[in-house]
Amino acid sequence: MPGKTASVSGTGLEKVWKEHKEKYILIAPFAALFIVFTVIPVFASIGISFTSFNMLEKPTFAGLSNYINLSVFDEIFLIAIKNTLVFAIITGPISYLMCFGFAWIINEFPPKIRAFMTLVFYAPSISGGAFMIWKLIFSSDMYGYANAWLMKLGIFSDPVLWFDTKTYVMPILIIVQLWLSLGVSFLAFIAGFQNVDKNLYDAGLIDGIKNRWQELWYITLPYMKPQLLFGAVMQITASFSVSAISIQLAGFPSVEYAGHTILTHLHDYGTIRYEMGYASTIAAILFFIMLFANIIVQKLLRRVGE
Amino acid sequence: MNDVMAKINLKKLYSNKLKKRTNRNIAVDIILAVLLGLFGLFSLWPLVLITNNAFKPLNEIFLFPPRLFVHNPTLNNFRDLGVIMGNSWVPVSRYIFNTLFITFLGTLGIVIVSSMAAYPLAKYTFPGSKVMSKLVVYALMFNSTVTVIPNYIIISRIGLVDTHWALILPALSGTLGLFLMKNFIVQIPDSMLEAAKIDGANEYKTYWTIIMPLSKPAWITLIIFTFQGLWGATGGTFIYTEKLKPLNFALMQIIQAGIARTGVAGAVALLLLLVPIIVFIVSQSNVIETMASTGIKG
Repeated sequence: MPGKTASVSGTGLEKVWKEHKEKYILIAPFAALFIVFTVIPVFASIGISFTSFNMLEKPTFAGLSNYINLSVFDEIFLIAIKNTLVFAIITGPISYLMCFGFAWIINEFPPKIRAFMTLVFYAPSISGGAFMIWKLIFSSDMYGYANAWLMKLGIFSDPVLWFDTKTYVMPILIIVQLWLSLGVSFLAFIAGFQNVDKNLYDAGLIDGIKNRWQELWYITLPYMKPQLLFGAVMQITASFSVSAISIQLAGFPSVEYAGHTILTHLHDYGTIRYEMGYASTIAAILFFIMLFANIIVQKLLRRVGE
Repeated sequence: MNDVMAKINLKKLYSNKLKKRTNRNIAVDIILAVLLGLFGLFSLWPLVLITNNAFKPLNEIFLFPPRLFVHNPTLNNFRDLGVIMGNSWVPVSRYIFNTLFITFLGTLGIVIVSSMAAYPLAKYTFPGSKVMSKLVVYALMFNSTVTVIPNYIIISRIGLVDTHWALILPALSGTLGLFLMKNFIVQIPDSMLEAAKIDGANEYKTYWTIIMPLSKPAWITLIIFTFQGLWGATGGTFIYTEKLKPLNFALMQIIQAGIARTGVAGAVALLLLLVPIIVFIVSQSNVIETMASTGIKG
């Protein structure tokens, strides 16, 4: 960013500008958009979280009251946190392993089948609103596929009200989220596997690599570290961001808040109640949770293959 | 069809394995192939269901027990969709134009803006470049919904609410595109840039005549990712004038009209599903090539 040039000691802004003018001009359009629509909003969101603000009147400073209300008095937020963490802890690692595992298995197929299988696994993630089909599958009448099968097999005698039963909401949402989760990171892994230098495997054989698991750990994984780190970021961010599938499938609010997440809580206060200060507090907390989770996992993954 | 597909895959995998690498255990091969087949079915089944539902006559949609495959395929659902769309007071062509406008300008914009910024960040170190690269990665670590409130305030202050720009401009600030482009451009040999410099090209010319042609797989990938996002845009809270709304919004309205529209909803779902999938099939090799260069350096 042009603004950073001030940190160069002694050389002077003018000299830096002269030397790198064309580069700064090339970056300028993106930098401007990035600052306006990402950097400023992040700080503004944190700023607004300390205020009481309804979009109509000027925000008034509210100190830590939003944070205190949220963490001490808002029982529904505690449900949202719990659900979000359960979601992230289950779908994050599983989806990551699925992306990696399937990419690994697919990699051993000949190119034509590889391309087909890649499409099969990747298609749900790009299908937009197609996840609504799960509403039909878990429909509460006997025309729903899940009910029809379970009744035909004699497991249930009456149709189950899937999205109206507290215990079923979360597992179904997790299944749908996993179905949607083989996205950009999956492609990155597929590509990463193809990129590994094939000679390394032959060399590995000579060095005494005994089976595919050793090959994976000692040769493939270290080689793919950049993709592993990138995939982790994408999956973590996605697993903390569940809201659309919850609202569309389980409804809003879901039965006894069984599908309530931090983002649906944010949706509630931001777009229904217009309590923007409170909503920003929710956003700020989620922001720090995501950043924290990402940084921890990055630290862990850097040790792979060592 | 699915079962047959899985069997074929298994067979191919098996015969292929024998001549490939030596340190393979056939039992593990079979377990992995079965695992892959099962999850393949899990992944594919809802999509097959959508495809079949689009062609089911009403009596097959409400059938107990429900059938996956259609027996008497019909185009009635598509015809009904046409009738409903024809009766809406905003012409369908208007919705289609809105979606094309948003998708085209947004995609073009993100390719230009991201590639321009990616080139200097990939190839040079200068004051600010490291900070910028770091910020780009950090921006991948959170979902843009956490900034939705200040974003709304900013967009309304600039006066963009209820215009298509409210959807296009924030999309341009996404960092995934810059990140992909940068990782790809890093791999372009410096010697090519030096050759251009010797011929007297400045940075703009180098960007346009060397970087852009050589990073084609990367910006095709970017086009696909952006296209998928913008194609699915419904306008959300930003667009309230009916004739400015995108196609997806109109289609969602039709689906939400309830059980009587189940057949039409199937047709809509298939249309929404097909476009991104076709785009991906056409460009798959470019995407894989780009993703191969992607990663966060350890």
